[in-house]
Amino acid sequence: MRGEGALLGAAGLAGLLALCEAVPRLGLVEDEYFPPASRVADALATELADDAFWTALRDTLTGWAIGLAVAVAAGVLVGVLISVVPLLREATASTIEFLRPIPSVALIPLAVLLYGTELRSVLLLVVYASFWQVLIQVLYGVQDVDPVADETARSYGLGNWARIRHVVWPTALPYVMTGVRLAAAVALILAVTAELVIGAPGLGARIAVAQSSQAVPEMYALVVVTGLLGLAVNVGARTVERRALAWHQSVRGEVAV
Amino acid sequence: MQALLDVSGLRKVYEGSGRRVEALRDLTFSVDAGELVCLVGPSGCGKTTLLKCVGGLLAPTGGEVRLGGRPVTAPPPGMAVVFQEYGRSLFPWMRVRENVELPLRQKRLDAGRRRELVADALESVGLADAAGAYPWQLSGGMQQRVAIARALAYEPEVLLMDEPFAAVDAQTRADLEDLVRGLWQQRGITILFVTHDIDEAVYLGERVLVLSSSPTVVQEELRVDLPSGRDQLHTRVSPRFAELRTHVYEQVQAAKRGAPGVPWQRGVPLHKDTVSDTPPSPTG
Repeated sequence: MRGEGALLGAAGLAGLLALCEAVPRLGLVEDEYFPPASRVADALATELADDAFWTALRDTLTGWAIGLAVAVAAGVLVGVLISVVPLLREATASTIEFLRPIPSVALIPLAVLLYGTELRSVLLLVVYASFWQVLIQVLYGVQDVDPVADETARSYGLGNWARIRHVVWPTALPYVMTGVRLAAAVALILAVTAELVIGAPGLGARIAVAQSSQAVPEMYALVVVTGLLGLAVNVGARTVERRALAWHQSVRGEVAV
Repeated sequence: MQALLDVSGLRKVYEGSGRRVEALRDLTFSVDAGELVCLVGPSGCGKTTLLKCVGGLLAPTGGEVRLGGRPVTAPPPGMAVVFQEYGRSLFPWMRVRENVELPLRQKRLDAGRRRELVADALESVGLADAAGAYPWQLSGGMQQRVAIARALAYEPEVLLMDEPFAAVDAQTRADLEDLVRGLWQQRGITILFVTHDIDEAVYLGERVLVLSSSPTVVQEELRVDLPSGRDQLHTRVSPRFAELRTHVYEQVQAAKRGAPGVPWQRGVPLHKDTVSDTPPSPTG
C-alpha cells in the first residue's frame, strides 16, 4: 500500500513537470513569462553553484529560525502563564482576539520605520505572525487538562509547579507541537515576504532582484527553492512531533491488549 | 481510643448560578487504624463528593475531617486515592514505573528508596513485569492494579478508593476485590472503600456504612461478621452473606425512597458506637 502510494505520488510529480515542460513549448503560454521546466532546472543548477545563493538561503533560514524560536518560547511562556492564572485569562481574552487577526504584513511599514532593511525587521514580522499560532494552541492545550489527572496529582501532594511540569505541560504538548508546526510554516512565509517587500537580505530579496533584471528562469528556480524549504520544514516538524508524542493517541495508534 | 480518620458533621453545599444543591447534609463516622470500611449508597448520593472532602480535594461547607487528629484542609501526605477512572488517573506520557514513582519524588525520597518502594508495590499487585510498559498498553484491570500500586508505594495511613472497580468486567472485578482484601490483610493498611455495589461492599468490608440518598447522611452502620478469610466461591454463597446483602439491599432501597432505615432484627447489633452525636471539640 505504502509503496503504491509513493509510486502514485512520484507519477503525479512527473506529470506536473511534464506539463510545465510541454505547455510553454507548445506555445500555449509565452515562454518568456513561463519558461519550460528544463530551463528552470538549468537555472536552479546555476543558482546552486553560486555562493551568493547560499548566503541568501542562510540569511532566510537565520531569520526564520531566530524568529520561530522567539515566538515559540514567548508563546509557550505567555500561554502557560495566562492559562494557570484565571484572572489573567479573562483580562487578556478580548485583547488576544483583537490582536491575533491583524495580518503581520500590515506591520511592514512599522518594521521599515523601526529597523529599515535589517534582520530585525524580518524578525518583527516573523515573531508577530508565529507567536499567535503557538499562543492559541497553548491556551487550548492547557484547557484540555483532565480533571481526574489533576485531582490525582493534587491528592499525591504535587504542588503548582510540579503539576505544571508533570500534568499541564505533557497534556498541552500535542497542542504545542501543532502550534509549532503551523508557526514554522507561517514564519517561512513571513521571512520570504519581508525580504521580498522590504529588501532585507535573503531568498526573497534575491527573487525581487531576479524579477527586476528579467531573469525569469532564475526567479522560478528561487520560488521552487522556497517551496522545497516549506516542504522540509513541515516534514521536519512532523518528525519531531511523532518522536515527542510517541505516547499520544494520535501517534501510537491502536494497541492490542 | 481515637480513630485514625474522623469525619464529623460533614456538610457540602454546591452553590452556583442561582442553584443551590445540598449534596451532603450531616455525615459523621470514623475509621479506626487497620479497618476496611465500605461506604455504599444509591447512585447519585454524593459518594464521590464525600470522598473528595475526605481526601482534602474539596473544601466542605461545614463540619470537618481529621486524619490522625489533624484537620484535613488540603490533600494530606498520609492519604492516597484510587480513582474509578484509571485511564484518566494514570498519566499516559509516563511508563508504569514512572507513574508509581512520581508521588514518591514529590515526597523527596532518595532514589534507592524510591526504587525499592516501586518494585515492592508492583510486585504485590502482580505487575513486576510491566514496569517498563505504558499504561495504555495494559488491560483495564492491569491499569487499575498500577493505580493501586501507586497508592501502596505512597505508604498512606489511609487508602481511599472511589468505586475503583466500577469500570472493569466482572471477572477482573472479582480478582481485584481479592487483591484488595489480600493487601489489606498482609499490610495492615486502613481502607475506606466507596462503592455502589452492595455485594462488593459486604464481601470486602469489615464494616459497611449505608448512605442515604442526597442530601446524604449515614443511614446505617453494619458490622460484617463474616470470617476474615473470604473467597469468591464460598463466601458469596454462605447464608450469612446472603442475609447481610439482603439487609444492605433493603437499606439502600429504603434510602432511595427516602424512608427511614429498615430495622435489623436477626441478632446483628447495630454499631452506632462510632457514630458520634456530639459536635467535635475545636482542638485536636
